[in-house]
Amino acid sequence: MKPAAFDYVRAEHLDEALDVLASEGSDARIIAGGQSLMPMLNMRLAKPKTLIDIMRVSELARIEREAGMVMIGAAVRQAALLEWPGLGESLRLAALALPWTGHVQTRSRGTVCGSIAHADPSAELPLLLCALDGDVHVRSARRQRRVAARDFFTGMMATTRADDELIEAVSFPADQKRCAFREVARRHGDFAIVACAAVANGDGVRLAVGGVADMPVARDFPRLEASALDDALNAFAYELDARDDVHATARYRRDLVRVIGRDLVQEVLQ
Amino acid sequence: MSRWQANRRHVLRFNLNGQPRVGEAEPRMLLTDFLRHQIGMTGTHVGCEHGVCGACTVDIDGNPARACLTLALQVDGCNVRTVESLALAPDRLGILQSAFKRNHALQCGFCTAGILMSLDGFLRKYPQADEAAIRDLLTGHLCRCTGYTPIVRAALEAAAEMSGALSREKSDA
Repeated sequence: MKPAAFDYVRAEHLDEALDVLASEGSDARIIAGGQSLMPMLNMRLAKPKTLIDIMRVSELARIEREAGMVMIGAAVRQAALLEWPGLGESLRLAALALPWTGHVQTRSRGTVCGSIAHADPSAELPLLLCALDGDVHVRSARRQRRVAARDFFTGMMATTRADDELIEAVSFPADQKRCAFREVARRHGDFAIVACAAVANGDGVRLAVGGVADMPVARDFPRLEASALDDALNAFAYELDARDDVHATARYRRDLVRVIGRDLVQEVLQ
Repeated sequence: MSRWQANRRHVLRFNLNGQPRVGEAEPRMLLTDFLRHQIGMTGTHVGCEHGVCGACTVDIDGNPARACLTLALQVDGCNVRTVESLALAPDRLGILQSAFKRNHALQCGFCTAGILMSLDGFLRKYPQADEAAIRDLLTGHLCRCTGYTPIVRAALEAAAEMSGALSREKSDA
């Protein structure tokens, strides 16, 4: 199908995009790389009256390290983050997970912030944000706020972003903690049936799971004996409230959480 | 800031296969439809129209991209390359195309234009690409005829030829 008609606004400065959002609210949508929004437009699941393209706003195209954080602007493409020289030392988990995020042909255009704004429960970047306790930097013409990952996602493709707000950046704490990532998808690069990210957290491990609940969910596990860990992972798998769908059964998803979860926790604790 | 109104055609300027072009598109027009219907270049195929199948892949500013997930107006000022750029002359295939032909890397050919454009850009950047890298790149494409193995073989052969490791006679096949 083809998109319904819309006005196309090309912003050159952030203020311009914010002004259009302020006056048009939910009738306007931000487009960056378009790899999540364009399918929604093509299938007419989204029919905005105005599309605001922010990819030529140069102040949004930056990756910066500051005060122990890595700030990634709204116009930074996933391919640019993957090629960023600081990635391996500052964001090891992203270095592991980005090759699973879409394909070469979609990472070349899709942005980091765009995937987080879209909030697909199976997507890798929202999962990373939760696993690492990152923040979303949201801005409108009237205010600027910083939202923790756990307060940003509210459900399937739903976030606390207001209609007049845009994501100007996301930030991740820079660190070199031990971490691991794995996912199962029908085809490498497709949306995950289950994706898991594990990060060392004190003496234990934080495990974040995507593709099962309506949004990515992170849980801290202390260091446990093998059978106790299996029990804890089993309880976690059930709490995620998996559902059957065309891709996989709830039972299969729970099994993946148990199996991948155990592998990753052990890998990080080794 | 510029605003292009809905339901009206607007002028865009870009480079297509090395030549400057001027075209007209409504804001909602996809790059696939613009290339095929406005410019008249039908080598770029339209498959799923939501970014999954890869048939419409073209090269935008040196990177492979889904033309069905790109608005025509978004390539204003960009360099776009399509499958029509690959042949050396109307009767002479490029290295990658010849390798596809020799290795039977296509049957129905529907997916081929997109796969060629992904591989062309990739092998220009990474002429030493190995099989694992090529298979990773090909996860962005669906081919229902070949089983991919002949495509991988053709890509490896083309890579070797591009990096000068093979010298073949200069024939079309």
